[in-house]
Amino acid sequence: MGLVLDEEQTILKDSAKAFFADQAPVTAFRKLRDEKDETGFSRELWRAMAEMGWAGIVIPEAYGGLEYGFQGLALVLEEQGRTLAASPLVSTVLLGAGTLMEAGSEAQKSALLPKIAEGSLLLTVAIDEGHHFNPAQTAFEAKSDSDGFILTGEKTFVLDGHVADKIIVLARTSGNKGDREGLTLFLVEGTAEGLTRERLKMLDSRNAALLMFDQVKVTGDAVIGAIGGGYDALESVLDRAAIGLAAEMLGSASAVFEMTLDYLKERRQFGQLIGSFQSLQHRAADMFTQLELSKSIVMTAATALDESSNEISSLASLAKAFVGETSNKVTREGIQMHGGIGMTDEHDVGLYLKRSRVAEHTFGSAAYHRDRYARLNDY
Amino acid sequence: MSNLDIFREEVRAWLAENCPPSMRTPMGNDEDVVWGGRKAKYENPEARLWLDRMGAKGWTAPTWPKEYGGGGLTKEEAAVLGQELGRIDARPALASFGLWMLGPVLLEYGTEEQKKEHLPPIVRGEIRWCQGYSEPGAGSDLAGLQTRAVLEGEDYVINGQKVWTSYADKADAIFCLVRTDTSTKHEGISFLLIDMDQPGVTTKPIKLISGNSPFCETFLDDARTPARNLIGRLNGGWEIAKKLLQHERTNISAGGFGAGGRAAALEELAKEYLGTDRGEIADAVKRDQVVRHKMLERAFAQTLKRMSAETKAGEVSPASSIIKYVAAEMNKDRMELLVEIMGLQALGWSGDYFSKQGLATTRAMLRSKANSIEGGTTEVNLNVIAKRVLGLRDHQ
Ligand SMILES: Cc1cc2nc3c(=O)[nH]c(=O)nc-3n(C[C@H](O)[C@H](O)[C@H](O)COP(=O)(O)OP(=O)(O)OC[C@H]3O[C@@H](n4cnc5c(N)ncnc54)[C@H](O)[C@@H]3O)c2cc1C
Repeated sequence: MGLVLDEEQTILKDSAKAFFADQAPVTAFRKLRDEKDETGFSRELWRAMAEMGWAGIVIPEAYGGLEYGFQGLALVLEEQGRTLAASPLVSTVLLGAGTLMEAGSEAQKSALLPKIAEGSLLLTVAIDEGHHFNPAQTAFEAKSDSDGFILTGEKTFVLDGHVADKIIVLARTSGNKGDREGLTLFLVEGTAEGLTRERLKMLDSRNAALLMFDQVKVTGDAVIGAIGGGYDALESVLDRAAIGLAAEMLGSASAVFEMTLDYLKERRQFGQLIGSFQSLQHRAADMFTQLELSKSIVMTAATALDESSNEISSLASLAKAFVGETSNKVTREGIQMHGGIGMTDEHDVGLYLKRSRVAEHTFGSAAYHRDRYARLNDY
Repeated sequence: MSNLDIFREEVRAWLAENCPPSMRTPMGNDEDVVWGGRKAKYENPEARLWLDRMGAKGWTAPTWPKEYGGGGLTKEEAAVLGQELGRIDARPALASFGLWMLGPVLLEYGTEEQKKEHLPPIVRGEIRWCQGYSEPGAGSDLAGLQTRAVLEGEDYVINGQKVWTSYADKADAIFCLVRTDTSTKHEGISFLLIDMDQPGVTTKPIKLISGNSPFCETFLDDARTPARNLIGRLNGGWEIAKKLLQHERTNISAGGFGAGGRAAALEELAKEYLGTDRGEIADAVKRDQVVRHKMLERAFAQTLKRMSAETKAGEVSPASSIIKYVAAEMNKDRMELLVEIMGLQALGWSGDYFSKQGLATTRAMLRSKANSIEGGTTEVNLNVIAKRVLGLRDHQ
């Protein structure tokens, strides 16, 4: 895509937009929330998304995917964000398939990637252990024994963790908390003995789970990539995830902006449209500007992924920090400009604010990524 | 002994005898607040007893005249009463929009009959009032309200909808701004009292993004009220409304939107959730943000003091807009910062995984978004400052 969508990408974007508007409008998400659906997303929707090819959009053709690339995935994520559609795209495709593509063995890839592409396998990665995202701080232990490894400890905020068929776990096989070395990725069955999964009831009503491992045994085949080399592999995956999430946040923030703009053109007070007040006009213009900047960054970052640029990490942090901040601001302004009605549960803008706060935190906050950007660029 | 000292002795003796033991313990939650009214339920009979005793003395409204059921105390005596209640940690006997809002209006604008009819039941907590101001079409532009009251014989017949009426579902009666003249805006509004125990009045609770709320929509469909329930002049309601609003603005902001007082200190939470480095908040960036907030809080507190010293008692100035504006934005920023500091702990909605404090923070962050909307939006307050304080005019 570079900075302009080509024809094929435009078609993809338009069809994704129509797809989510039709099959997963905000009302569908609201229903999942209100009915306290335990799965947390619609399996039917996920099947339909897989039929569109999106579950395999970044997976190589050799493994049953479309091999269309990250720019395409970013477009789909953006449109998914627009209607707050809940799907395992982030957990299964960005994280799960991403990790396998990055570090999986030939056997692992040929066994799992085709199933992901056809939408029949849900995967996720378990990273977080504390209040804040910081993979290097991983303490979760994997002890080697004669048959393989034994995993014990807790992982939290695992996206789709309670429904995933398989979970990739970041665990320490050597070194100390804080070391980047000594971390290893393990593939664990969702139904493994000794694993207890609990869905967390999150602010955004999306899926995240607490996973408790009590002496969960895995064999040596379960290791993904090199023993002790999990962090480096995961870092590339997390770069993609950060960019993907930025794309989703961009879509959500754009939707909030549009509904707010419509409201400015519709709501009357003091005998005039509230959009005629200059103080609101300037803030709307400012939000629009922020969104334009965000869009450029997301496009640049997604393109860099497909071009394997050496700037990916920087761009990922830039995207996550910048778009996260934009999304925070736009959701705040969205409520404020709607006045009282924006505070009601009945109105959609609050749903977007809730989703935004969780997405801002996921894979590292804006502050985390600014700090990382500074380190990557030797500031 | 001075008269005031004698009075203090009397108060002390009376309280010792009359304030029930359980009314000297801290309130557990919102359920413990006594609002009175016809529909009141008293889980704790001592709460009822305490209200009855205080009400009979008129000490729920200490400075209101005795002939209207009040305590008839001087300001100095009322202060002594307040101190003595504080000394024994007595719970407020009554929380009431009647005491805080309607009462002062009646004292200033009511006729003798109206005062005699309505003030004593307020003092004794027999009637619970709610406030009917905002409408779906009249928020920032409150004077654009459309709820219509038409005189038919002895009664006003009222049609329209109010919104954001706190506790309307629990109230017995509503004081309302209604339109009595459609040919003009501000000069066509009247202040009317309406009993809610009639088929023409229905309420529906409003759920906020933070969860359940005390707010309601209130629908008036051919509701009726005797013409004698018009307060002040016909079409003179706006003057009353303005006065009440300014009081409200100052009151809600002075409470700091619950940010001060019992809320856990930002710096302590930052240390707890981000760790410490030689006793300091470990994360230097967050530490800086926390300090900025603390400094703003200090400036705000001093400004609040300065402004209350500068304004004469009972008077309110457009400066109340400064207070409201700063308090609202400050609390919103504080809650966003707190969510960042607490991370995942403040991103939960419910469940045992999240700490009580974490869940409370999430909800408070959401609720705080209304601080810059309720009681006059930030934009409206800035308009007031720009126009009334600074004399800037709209371009013509
Ligand atoms: C939690 C909560 C509690 C409330 N409690 C009460 C209560 O107890 N009693 C009561 O009567 N009401 C209450 N309200 C209602 C509140 O007073 C109104 O919501 C508020 O005045 C804004 O009105 P509105 O919602 O109609 O928004 P609108 O007036 O439609 O405003 C929409 C947006 O336009 C902006 N705007 C409007 N006019 C201008 C202008 N001239 N210049 C620039 N910007 C402008 C506003 O600032 C806002 O951002 C409450 C509201 C909330 C959310």
